[in-house]
Amino acid sequence: MNERLVKLKENALAKINEADSLDKLNDIRVAFLGKKGELTEILKGMKDVAPEERPKVGQIVNETRAAIEEVLEDAKKSLASKALEAKLKSEVIDVTLPAKKTNVGHSHPNTLALEEVKKIFVGMGYEVVEGPEVEYDYYNFEALNIPANHPAKDEQDTFYIDEKTLLRTQTSSVQVHEMERGKLPIKMISPGRVYRADEVDATHSPCFHQVEGMVIDENITFADLKGTLAEFAKQLFGPETKVKFRPHHFPFTEPSAEMDVSCFKCGGKGCRMCKGEGWIEILGCGMIHPHVFEMSGIDKDKYTGFAFGIGLERIALLKYEIDDMRLLYENDERFLKQF
Amino acid sequence: MNTSLNWIKAMVPGLECTDQEFRDAMTLSGTKVEGFERYNKNLEKIVVGQIESVEAHPDASKLVVCQVNVGSETVQIVTGAPNVKVGSSGQKVIVVLDGGKVAGGHDGGALPENGIKIKKGKLRGVESFGMMCSMEELGVSSEFFPGADPDGIYFLGDDAEVGSSAIEYLGLDDVVYEYEITNNRVDCYSVIGIAREAAATFKKEFKAPVVTKTGNDEDVNDYIKVEVKDSDLCKRYTARVVKDIKLAPSPEWMRRRLMTAGIRPINNIVDITNYVMEEYGQPMHAYDLETIEDRKIVVARAKDGEKFVTLDGQERNLDSEVLMINDGKKAIGIAGIMGGENSMITDNVKTMLFEAATFDGTNIRKSAKRVGLRTDASGKFEKGLDPENAMAAMDRACQLIEELGAGVVVGGAIDIYPVKNERKRITFEPEKINALLGTNVSTDDMMTYFKRLEIEYDKDSNELIIPTFRQDLLRNADIAEEVARFFGYDNIPTTLPHGATTMGKISFKQEVELEAARIAKFAGFSEAMTYSFESPKVFDKLMLDADDKLRKTIVISNPLGEDFSIMRTLPLNGMLNSLSTNYNRRNKNVKLFELAKVYIPTGEELPDERVQFTLGFFGDGDFFTMKGVVEEFLDEIGISNKLTYNADAKKNFLHPGRQAEISYEGKVLGYLGEVHPKVADTYGIGDRAYVAVLDMPVVTELANFDIKYTGIAKFPAVTRDLSMVMPKTMPVGDVEAIIAKRGGKLVESYNLFDIYEGSQIKEGFKSVAYSIAFRANDRTLEDKDITPVMDNILKDLSAAGVELRA
Repeated sequence: MNERLVKLKENALAKINEADSLDKLNDIRVAFLGKKGELTEILKGMKDVAPEERPKVGQIVNETRAAIEEVLEDAKKSLASKALEAKLKSEVIDVTLPAKKTNVGHSHPNTLALEEVKKIFVGMGYEVVEGPEVEYDYYNFEALNIPANHPAKDEQDTFYIDEKTLLRTQTSSVQVHEMERGKLPIKMISPGRVYRADEVDATHSPCFHQVEGMVIDENITFADLKGTLAEFAKQLFGPETKVKFRPHHFPFTEPSAEMDVSCFKCGGKGCRMCKGEGWIEILGCGMIHPHVFEMSGIDKDKYTGFAFGIGLERIALLKYEIDDMRLLYENDERFLKQF
Repeated sequence: MNTSLNWIKAMVPGLECTDQEFRDAMTLSGTKVEGFERYNKNLEKIVVGQIESVEAHPDASKLVVCQVNVGSETVQIVTGAPNVKVGSSGQKVIVVLDGGKVAGGHDGGALPENGIKIKKGKLRGVESFGMMCSMEELGVSSEFFPGADPDGIYFLGDDAEVGSSAIEYLGLDDVVYEYEITNNRVDCYSVIGIAREAAATFKKEFKAPVVTKTGNDEDVNDYIKVEVKDSDLCKRYTARVVKDIKLAPSPEWMRRRLMTAGIRPINNIVDITNYVMEEYGQPMHAYDLETIEDRKIVVARAKDGEKFVTLDGQERNLDSEVLMINDGKKAIGIAGIMGGENSMITDNVKTMLFEAATFDGTNIRKSAKRVGLRTDASGKFEKGLDPENAMAAMDRACQLIEELGAGVVVGGAIDIYPVKNERKRITFEPEKINALLGTNVSTDDMMTYFKRLEIEYDKDSNELIIPTFRQDLLRNADIAEEVARFFGYDNIPTTLPHGATTMGKISFKQEVELEAARIAKFAGFSEAMTYSFESPKVFDKLMLDADDKLRKTIVISNPLGEDFSIMRTLPLNGMLNSLSTNYNRRNKNVKLFELAKVYIPTGEELPDERVQFTLGFFGDGDFFTMKGVVEEFLDEIGISNKLTYNADAKKNFLHPGRQAEISYEGKVLGYLGEVHPKVADTYGIGDRAYVAVLDMPVVTELANFDIKYTGIAKFPAVTRDLSMVMPKTMPVGDVEAIIAKRGGKLVESYNLFDIYEGSQIKEGFKSVAYSIAFRANDRTLEDKDITPVMDNILKDLSAAGVELRA
């Protein structure tokens, strides 16, 4: 019986070794280990074995079964891995074929610039507020220390609706609304559309965008204005950016200034973008004029504040190196998709 | 405003700086220099020469050979200048020596960046060791040099010294600066004003022109009487008389300075007037005294409808707000704007009346606009001049008349000056100044700045006394700016505000808008921006009814043209134009969105400004693509229950069978649809285009970002399919409404999975199939739960005319 078992084992292992598919392996398992398999047949001969020998023979039978099963299992694994290998080989793709994109839309460059500006100021604790575009003359001019007959009124080429109302020429009008609300301290920025009667060309548009900023609190200084805007410039144009403040005049601030930033293209050496100057004019700013406080009912002896106004298109044109303002309002998708 | 550096230096002795240093320092102290141009940038080795002889060229009829004394030697120069004649000699000329440089060609065209080198050479075989020049070759227009032959070389005056620098002689060793003067600094629209700032900036002394007493022993009052009737518009009127006038060209130095201001010299009288206007910023006018009837000047407003011929020969229409200068009988000038033809100085003038007055700035500005005549003089007056300056300018002009021998100045002056412009006083508060600036500038330093600015200090009252020419200094903040300017904006520290912490935030409205933009971009739409104003013709293009209330608009009273004349009441025109631009540029599958306002008149003074979320596309996709984007957005902002689509949206500009008004809980949110083919055609869009417009104020009111987790279902859903045949015209929305209404709480969802019209279905009907999912969150549903609900649904469906299929 022993001999038969040894032979069976050898026989089975040889067959397993030859098998080249999972089906064949299964056939082998059934042929040798199945209910009607050879091993079962051999076991039927157990009754002829002497009772004292039986445990020993039983053990050999089990060992034989286990050995065959183990080899079968290994063979199975090896075949499966070969099959997988073949499958993977057959599935090789050309990874340089074009991507299948979800064609997402793009932001307008103005919005992109505005989002950057907003992020910086919101991070510094500013609230983003809005105001009307069709506005009273009072908010756009008079309350900003630009009374009737002031030459600045002519300079701004205002679109009027009637004697009392107009299309705002500056987002500074929102300053007055915020001051009238009387909730102090104020730290706000206000983006929005403004209008001036300029004919459309590469650098002018009758409808454009500004971002106004204003801080009012006790002990606000011109040094705070400088520090705030220097920080803003660094965040917007890069940490190496330097700023320069030049005296200027705005009716609603005193002292007033214009801020230049070191050219972010050439770093200040002078290039086409900065017209060889090394500096680019970015915004106007100043300490809120005491008369503006008076008109808005804020105690000018207790509070001081600063304000600034940024031309959004100017930032967008400079930052993204757009050479013609008209592109911003044409909405050619080939333009928009670049942002 | 332009000034020459030499003119400034004449008033600021000891001012030494490079051209660029002057520019930078002035800009940083508040007198912004826009640019500068040095005349002799490319002028080298140019001297005064004298022609000794001129002979014909042996081989060229148009050339001559000159021997020219250039001081150290005599050189041979060949020239083709037509005004150098054979046989002539003695003329003083401008000579560029061998190796020198000139600015440009003799045609006066654009100047090359680095000038033109002049080298010795042979002209038709004859050696030439340099060049004689015209003014154009020196880069200057000969219009500033009366008598210059435009085709020939320029002849210098007899006083030019042979061998000396011709550039210095011609005043070309100078730089012209162009400034941007802000409208609060009226005083800086003059050479004196800029020089005063330059002196303060460079810490030098300012020396105003020394003006001596002028006039003979006669009395001006014997020549003229002046009456100012409308003194509200004329704060000061000064006048003097000059007799025995000898018109002549003004001297070189004056002509050169006028050139730097871009003023062409005419004759001594006109030049003096212009010179003083530049120097003092005070316009003056000269009348021929012989033409002044009754020897009387009356300053008074014109009458409505009056007409007047100005000295340029144009007839002007006047009104009762225009101030006039009249004589005893008639008008002789528009005050501050332009004199009359009837009283102007001619070549025969013997005696003249000189006027220097201070007119009301606002009135001059408005009058100039209405009369349609803006002059150099009105440009100065409209800024609001200092009356104290009028007499100073008058005296300076008379001094120049005497100096130039242009006439005899009659003694005395007329001066009508009812209310003297007093110097203002401002309390000196150095602590407040430092507190505002965030600085620690000492009082002594401040006093130093003030002294340079001619601001005096009254110790007893602790007040600063402001000179009258500084009309912009009114209060402490203004003084703070003066301190800041001369302390240096650069030297002020940089700090950050350190008050109470504030929270940075954006409003709920802005958050909803951001979400709209985010979803639109996610769905492939790029952001557009279009103008807020448009043409009233837009309403016809969009086929709005004649009485559509959207035709009522906010109208701009002074638009750039009809195309920009009304504030838009619906956002489609901009969108359709943008789609059209893209279509015509052959861009494919273009999807755009815009978040911008419409302006709806309210009957009040201000309109209702409503942000509209507008989407538009052509190319891949259809009505339901657009509907999907709308629903994605609304779902994202918490508007997630069932929307109602009413196919009868009544939008003329949309396809009548493919439009819907979108409502939520009874509120209209907007509309969407396919653009009407006629409208698409009008806009030149040759493809089906789709738009959606959401009214953001309503949307925002319904939006919320609250999120509550409801758990993941533990019990299985039971689905039932419903296959039906219904009239083609009946919207499936009706079926959904019945399922939602009769299904009650147990219905979890329902989905259309098949819709079919065709041969197997009877004419006028369609086959529709829905899958309905039922679920309870506390048990597995059984037939007995679902059957009664299904029965209810079926009952209502069949009542609505829907047939069930097997």
